[in-house]
Amino acid sequence: MALTLEDVGRIAHLARIHISPEEAERTLAQLNGIFGLIEQMQAVDTTGVEPMAHPLGGAQRLREDAVTEPVDRDAHLRNAPAHEGGLFLVPRVIE
Amino acid sequence: MTALHLASVAELARLLAAREVSAVDLTRHFLDRIAAHGDLNAYLDVRPEASLAQAEAADRRRAQGESGPLLGIPLAHKDIFVTRDWASTAASRMLDGYMSPFDATVVERLGRAGMVCLGKLNCDEFAMGSSNENSAYGPVRNPWDRNAVPGGSSGGSAAAVAARLCPVATATDTGGSIRQPAALTGTGGIKPTYGRCSRWGIVAFASSLDQAGPIAKTVEDAAILLGAMAGYYPMDSTCLAPPTPDYAAQMRQGVKGLRVGVPKEYRVAGMSKEIDDLWQKGIAWLKAAGATIHDISLPHTKYALPAYYIVAPAEASSNLARYDGVRYGLRVPGRDVIDMYSETRAAGFGKEVRRRVLIGTYVLSAGYYDAYYLKAQKVRTLIKRDFDEAWNQVDVVLTPTTPSPAFAFGEKSGDPLAMYLEDIFTVTVNMAGLPGMSVPAGLSSEGTPLGLQFIGKPFDEGTLFRAGKVIEDAAGRLTPPDKWWQSGSKGR
Repeated sequence: MALTLEDVGRIAHLARIHISPEEAERTLAQLNGIFGLIEQMQAVDTTGVEPMAHPLGGAQRLREDAVTEPVDRDAHLRNAPAHEGGLFLVPRVIE
Repeated sequence: MTALHLASVAELARLLAAREVSAVDLTRHFLDRIAAHGDLNAYLDVRPEASLAQAEAADRRRAQGESGPLLGIPLAHKDIFVTRDWASTAASRMLDGYMSPFDATVVERLGRAGMVCLGKLNCDEFAMGSSNENSAYGPVRNPWDRNAVPGGSSGGSAAAVAARLCPVATATDTGGSIRQPAALTGTGGIKPTYGRCSRWGIVAFASSLDQAGPIAKTVEDAAILLGAMAGYYPMDSTCLAPPTPDYAAQMRQGVKGLRVGVPKEYRVAGMSKEIDDLWQKGIAWLKAAGATIHDISLPHTKYALPAYYIVAPAEASSNLARYDGVRYGLRVPGRDVIDMYSETRAAGFGKEVRRRVLIGTYVLSAGYYDAYYLKAQKVRTLIKRDFDEAWNQVDVVLTPTTPSPAFAFGEKSGDPLAMYLEDIFTVTVNMAGLPGMSVPAGLSSEGTPLGLQFIGKPFDEGTLFRAGKVIEDAAGRLTPPDKWWQSGSKGR
C-alpha cells in the first residue's frame, strides 16, 4: 500500500492541520517509509485473538456519583486565548 | 562529606535527618548549579523563589518534628507533568507559558512527601522522540559528550540527573522514554507496570502506554522514588490499586536462585559487538551473584515496533485533538473557525508531532480502523502472551536497553524511521504493560554510557531492583568524565 498526495491532503484536513504543497510532498515520502514498517505487522495471524483493552485486564471501575471538586471558572479561563463574560470566544460560526 | 550534588537521595536524607544540611541549603546548592550549567539546556522553567518557598516549608515541617525519607530533598519534574507554580509546556510551542490550575498526582504526592521542586525539565515535544531534538525549546546536550544527544523523550530528566543538576527526576515512558535516555546518560530509570502510577496531570501522549517513573543516580534512589510516586488515584480510571511495597527493602534481597531469561529474538541482525559483549557481561555478573540463566523465546518481538507505531500515533491523534486554540494554548487567527484550528495546529505542533497526528488520523479513519488499530491491539495480546509463557520458566528477562550508544545531533533527526528503531528493545514492555528498568552497565568504545534492561512480571518491580542492584554493584556508579560538573557552584 502506498499513500498518494491526495491522501495526505485528506488526512491533513481530517486532522485539522494546514499543510503546504511542498510539505505535503515531503510528508508523503516519510509517511510511506513509516508505513513500510507498520505493514510488517500484517504478517501476524490474529484470527480469534482478543484485542487488548488494558494490559492487566479488569473491568472499568465506577466511582461514586458525588460532587468532588468545584469548577473554578476563572482559573480555567486564565489560559484561554480569548474569553468574555465567562465564555470562550471563537470566530463567528453562524452568520 | 560528599559534595552535596554527588550524594544519593538516601545519603541526603541522612544529612537532613542529622541536621547537617537544611532543605534551603540543598535547594540553593542545586539552583546555583542549574544557573551555572544552562548550556546543557536541561531546564525549561526555573523559579528560585517558588523552590525556596517549598524548601522553607520542608524545613519548618522538620522543625515541628516531622521526618520522612524525602522530606526536604529537591527534585525536578519532566515538563510533561502539570504543575501549579511552574509553566507546563510539554516542550511545545502550543502550550508556551501555560500555567496549570492544578498539580499532577505524581507532583502532588512527592510534594506531600516534602520534596522540593527545582523546576521543569526539557523533553521531546509531547514526549514524542528519542533524542530530545523535537523540543520546541532546543535540544538538551548529553553531559558525557556535548555533541551527542541525551536520548528521549525524557532527555532533560536524564541529562539533569547525570550532570548532577538535581538529585533525582521524574520522567514518563511510552515506548522507552525513561529507559533509553537513562541508558545514554549513565543513569538508572524504571518504567513501572501500567497502572502503577496515576497518569492524572500527565500531558497525554498515548494513554494505553504512558507511565510515570523516576530517573536516578542509583538503583536505591529509583526504588525510593518509585515508592513515593506509585499509588491509586481515582481520577485515573486505568490506575490500579495494589499496595506499594518497600522497594528499597526488596532491592537488598539479592538474586540467589533468581531465574533470568535471555530472549533470542533480541539478538537482532547487525547488533554491534560491544552491545553483545555488554549483555554477556551482565549475564556473567548475575551468574556470579547466584542467579541462573535460561534461554527463552518471545516470538512476537519483531512485531512490537510496527504495532507500536500504530497504537501510539492513533492515541496521540485522539489526545492532541484538544489543542484547537479555544480553551488554552496558542491561537492563530483564520478566515473561519476551521481555518483557525488548522492554522493553529500547523503553527503550534512541531514536525514530528504533526507527522504522528497524521499517521494516527489515517489509521483511525473510516475503513482503516480494523486493519490497523484493532489489529495492533490483537498483536499486543500476542506479545503479552509470549511473556506470560516466559514467566513459567523465568522470573525476569535481561536485554540491552538500546541498540547503540548516544548518537550525534542531526544523525537521525532527518530520518524518522532510523529514529524509531532506537526504541526496538524498549517498546515491547509498554505494549505488554510490564515493568522495565535500565541500569548503567558500562561504557562504549567512545566512552559514553550503555545500559542493560530488565523486564519483569506485572507489579513485580521489586525483582527489577534486586537484579538491577547486582549490575550496579558490579559496574559501579557511572559519572561523566569532564571536570566541569564536579566543580561547586562557584567553580566555573
